[in-house]
Amino acid sequence: MRRITVGDGLTLVAVLGGAVLIAALNLATPPDGALHVPSFVLPLAGKYLCYAMLALAVDLVWGFAGILSLGHAAFFALGGYAIGMYLMREIGTRGVYGNAMLPDFMVFLNWTRLPWYWHGFDMFWFAFLMVLLVPGALALVFGYLAFRSRVSGVYLSIITQALTYALLLAFFRNDMGFGGNNGMTDFKDILGLPLHADATRAGLLVLTAAFLSAQLLLARALVRSRFGKVLVAVRDAESRVRFLGYRPESYKLVVWVISAVMAAIGGALYVPQVGIINPSEFSPANSIEAVIWVAVGGRGTLIGAILGAVLVNLGKTYFTGALPELWLYALGGLFVVVTLLLPNGVLGVLRRRGTGDGVVPKPLPVGEQPT
Amino acid sequence: MAPFVARVLLLLALLYPAAARAQADDPYAAFATHDYEAMRAAIETLSISGDARAPAILSALQAGQLRVGEDGTLYLRAADGSLREALSGAAAAGVDAAALKEVRMNNAVRRALDGALGGLRLFAADPATRAAAAEAVFKGRDQAALPALDRAFAKETDAGVKSVMAQAHAALILAGGTAGESDKLAAIAVLRARGDLEASSLLASLAGQPAAVTSAARDALTAIQRQRQLWDIAQSVFYGLSLGSVLLLAAAGLAITFGVMGVINMAHGEMVMLGAYTTFVVQEAMRAYAPGLLGASLFVAVPAAFLVAGAVGIAIERGLIRFLYGRPLETLLATWGLSLILQQGVRSIFGPSNRDVSTPAWMSGAFPLGGLTITANRLTIIVFAALVFAVLMLALRRTALGLRMRAVTQNRFMAAAMGIRTPWIDALTFGLGSGVAGIAGVALSQIDNVSPNLGQSYIIDSFMVVVFGGVGNLWGTALGALTLGIVNKFLEPVAGAVLGKIAVLVLLIVFIQRRPRGMFPLKGRAVEA
Amino acid sequence: MDSPDPSLTRRALGGLGLAAAALAATAAPVIGVRRAAAATKAPSGPPIKVGVLHSLSGTMAISETTLKDVMLMLIAEQNRKGGLLGRPLEAVVVDPASNWPLFAEKARALLAQDKCAAVFGCWTSVSRKSVLPVFEELNGILFYPVQYEGQECSRNVFYTGAAPNQQAIPAVDYLMREEGVKRWVLAGTDYVYPRTTNQILEAYLKAKGVTPADIMINYTPFGHSDWQNIVAQIKAFGSAGKKTAVVSTINGDANVPFYKELGNQGLKATDIPVVAFSVGEEELAGMDTKPLVGHLAAWNYFMSVDTAENKSFIKAWHEFIKNPKRTTNDPMEAHFVGFNMWVKAVEKAASTDHDAVIDAMIGISVPNLSGGYSAMMPNHHITKPVLIGEIQGDGQFNIVSQTPGLVVAQEWSPYVAETKDLIGDWRAPLSCGNFNVKTGKCGGAAK
Repeated sequence: MRRITVGDGLTLVAVLGGAVLIAALNLATPPDGALHVPSFVLPLAGKYLCYAMLALAVDLVWGFAGILSLGHAAFFALGGYAIGMYLMREIGTRGVYGNAMLPDFMVFLNWTRLPWYWHGFDMFWFAFLMVLLVPGALALVFGYLAFRSRVSGVYLSIITQALTYALLLAFFRNDMGFGGNNGMTDFKDILGLPLHADATRAGLLVLTAAFLSAQLLLARALVRSRFGKVLVAVRDAESRVRFLGYRPESYKLVVWVISAVMAAIGGALYVPQVGIINPSEFSPANSIEAVIWVAVGGRGTLIGAILGAVLVNLGKTYFTGALPELWLYALGGLFVVVTLLLPNGVLGVLRRRGTGDGVVPKPLPVGEQPT
Repeated sequence: MAPFVARVLLLLALLYPAAARAQADDPYAAFATHDYEAMRAAIETLSISGDARAPAILSALQAGQLRVGEDGTLYLRAADGSLREALSGAAAAGVDAAALKEVRMNNAVRRALDGALGGLRLFAADPATRAAAAEAVFKGRDQAALPALDRAFAKETDAGVKSVMAQAHAALILAGGTAGESDKLAAIAVLRARGDLEASSLLASLAGQPAAVTSAARDALTAIQRQRQLWDIAQSVFYGLSLGSVLLLAAAGLAITFGVMGVINMAHGEMVMLGAYTTFVVQEAMRAYAPGLLGASLFVAVPAAFLVAGAVGIAIERGLIRFLYGRPLETLLATWGLSLILQQGVRSIFGPSNRDVSTPAWMSGAFPLGGLTITANRLTIIVFAALVFAVLMLALRRTALGLRMRAVTQNRFMAAAMGIRTPWIDALTFGLGSGVAGIAGVALSQIDNVSPNLGQSYIIDSFMVVVFGGVGNLWGTALGALTLGIVNKFLEPVAGAVLGKIAVLVLLIVFIQRRPRGMFPLKGRAVEA
Repeated sequence: MDSPDPSLTRRALGGLGLAAAALAATAAPVIGVRRAAAATKAPSGPPIKVGVLHSLSGTMAISETTLKDVMLMLIAEQNRKGGLLGRPLEAVVVDPASNWPLFAEKARALLAQDKCAAVFGCWTSVSRKSVLPVFEELNGILFYPVQYEGQECSRNVFYTGAAPNQQAIPAVDYLMREEGVKRWVLAGTDYVYPRTTNQILEAYLKAKGVTPADIMINYTPFGHSDWQNIVAQIKAFGSAGKKTAVVSTINGDANVPFYKELGNQGLKATDIPVVAFSVGEEELAGMDTKPLVGHLAAWNYFMSVDTAENKSFIKAWHEFIKNPKRTTNDPMEAHFVGFNMWVKAVEKAASTDHDAVIDAMIGISVPNLSGGYSAMMPNHHITKPVLIGEIQGDGQFNIVSQTPGLVVAQEWSPYVAETKDLIGDWRAPLSCGNFNVKTGKCGGAAK
């Protein structure tokens, strides 16, 4: 077996190479040069790659373990909030009120003390640990309870949606101390580096690309392993796997937590690049969109998720500017056309002449699922 | 209270109009100004002036039919749009109606007017008007109305109106300073029997009374409050039922398309929205062509919404979903895309802002039931939801079409082998679900925004209701909706609206852990599907 | 703040003087010159781009689409008058789709890619907060047309909507004075604007001798649609024998079900009036207002304002939108004022250079639609009259009260400990948005 497939190789080259190229063309060429990439492209490209991480995480659980999460953006947003809290503390006395301890929105609402759960977020390592631990712990608890009681199919999808909806409402409350509906914004710098500098942005972009590549490799290794084979078996016929003596819930739980942490890292890299985190990131529509990116790219292929996320968001950026009144028709039409004509996503078309590695088998009709 | 005595005398004079023709100042001039203070004073003067023109002019003012010209002349506008000079009563020929302005009021003027007209209308022929007038006196607490009230009470034959008048009398006795202690204690007893918020408001505002009155008022207040606590529980149940009915209406269609057919229809909310917009269009059409029947517009809107949303549903099924059977998750993607298109389509056609769907008179307002306040629109929706659900159950259980629908969803191949045209049944089932969603839109147009975003706000709740009740089980959906509604309404006063909703979601998640297939799971081989 | 009456601050007098001076110096001649030039010369040369950053889809489209249309109308009108500096204006319309990160992305594109001379946009506070760092980083100009919570004073933003003291406090004064209200329900959607406004109102009411037991504060989520309990609670709260009023900072969408419930539970304006700060003609257009007659709203403009300027504005709007039934509202007027101010500032600076225009903006004064002149103050907020209107059966407002003069915005709340000593003044040499008058330093409350 080859270590790296053609598709993965091309994706890695495109992601890493593309990010490095954009960064280099922005930093090393004169602003009016023909090859110059304007600065606004840097955070934009970074944003796409962060979305790609979310899509990759969704594909890992949906494409390989058959868990359709309609609440994955919750983990993405939690990761974002953790890093957002660090960035808020990093502002220090440069906020509009010049309060060294309290973020602006707390001063604003007459808070006098920093809530206990904000302590420690002035240290980057702590915040980064929280990026991994908080979403990971939530996924562990939620997944343990859900998979143990064999909640599956649409029931699971709907309670993941209930989860993200509940978090949306909770973070939306000003009393929670996360900035309410306005969330956190006006960040100044990260690890002492000014966030508005092109060099920092270029660095973040390349870092995002590196994380995405690493996640792709990790996910690929995971699904290729014996563990991955069992996962696919669970996806296709959970009861049979159980009768064979495996414990499907343990397999699902592991991949679920890994996926949640992957999404959280995406969120953590997303926030410094877009400059705002607020509760709307938890909205169920965002999670559904992430699923759609995967479907557009091609479910169960990993690289399709990346491709789908980048393509759909490129389209969104382009159409909201070029066709502000009509873009929803274009986007909605795209989804309809993709499902009708490209059942295996964009990648399915590209693959038709290719190797067919890892493509989801045609699912059985309703009522014909193996029991 | 010297003016008080004067006003009593004047009110008496009002009842003998001939005696009080002489008016030094012209109070009517105030209506031509924008001076609300002067208007209020004028209304008080007029209410006791005995001027025969006053009732008509004040009524016109209240109804928004009093006009003023550039020169300060007042006109009365009749229902047919014809104008009459208010003071002389002469027909106003050759006056440009467009150049006249409506006499505007502020709340203080409006309150004075309500009180004044309340006194004047105590002798109206219609008992409902008399009761409303007595209620206005109760709220206004204008001592000047007391003699008229007493005489009206003596003449009153209708028991219901008589009791309202007694309450108004009690309110005036308590609010005034002149009555004796025993009268006041009797008045407190009357208010205690009334036992509503208005009564406790009045009791709470008493000050500077003799000790016995104060303590009786305090006791009455406590008794009313204790009684109200019990009623509050019943009231919460009503709120919960009403919220549950809304959820049931929103989810009933989904219980068919998603629950029975297994199609994850993300455009379900948009079917609800289409129903609401159909109501709007029906109302606009009736406003234009049959304004007399506007009150019945909802009866037209219900079948219209069913047909419109149902037709769109069938079109979606034939054009899109039938290619995706067996790929349930891809229908999610396609119907999500479709929902974006439908939303933007409605936005393009009707504009992005809310549309005004009016509520017919029979669905407006509230009536007391014991200590409960039952709002007519909510009660209508509860009844309507029950009706829709009953008809839906009958259609599925008792009709040939329903039999075929159940056959196809339970075993498609067997059904096909028995000669059922399964594609046609699929389309009709989806159409039925969408049509029911459209009907929900008619109901929602009465309580919520009619905007392109309407569907979005109900889609998540609908899915949760269906899943909570158990996919594929209509009874489960009904019970699930009512349970979620009532739980929500009991949590809300305790935890606040936001935390209450979060608590409901968390409870739902925990419940699904305990019962992974909802309240009423389907049994048998289909379970793993 | 050292002044007991927040509507008349120590800055107010200076502000009015400045407004008058600016009016005398520039208003009349500039208008005259422009009109004269318009007749002779058609605009030519490369267009000046004006960004329009309003959501055309998603939850905020309901409010923001109208503002996009009004901007297109103003820009078309300006082009008919000969453009600006002899050049045509070009609107760059984008759709940030009610998505806050997308707002930041689009703002960046408008500034960096399209090089817009000015951007008119945003509605919600969070969208403004999202784009603010982008405008500061790229030194752009944003005109923000919606009433908001204050506590902000950026060099790159011109706030043409009302600050809390230009809306809330005069409304509460009116209720105390005219309706004798003694008991208050502060009901709002749980986000920054209602939180801050209620905080200010609470402090103000307490200063006026209202006891905490007579104040009830209630927050609901966005788009809250089931108001049965809350309306019943308000009714119960109002039955304590004292005149009660509701001060509503409930956000757009939730208002329709709220008012419908008020009407149905029979809560009349004559019993418990509701004064709203986020309900205008656009919101009322989606409701049957007959049961709501007498409830109030406080704004700086109503469509029913009886002035010649307003009539011609409404006429132009109806012609542009080709629908004589469309309403106008307060944020539309704010864009009208803001756009005219920007035009004059560009003419004054004879350039669209951002720094030059930002400096030229202060002191510019243009006619507003309520029959006066609004001036851009050094704190980048504008002077406004405050109007109180009662809802009528036809969906319009009957103006029942109007402040005698213009009110100057207080961008920093005097009721928040950390901001009571702050002022914003973007004139040289101070050039500071958060100058601390106690410490004499720029940069907030830091010691």
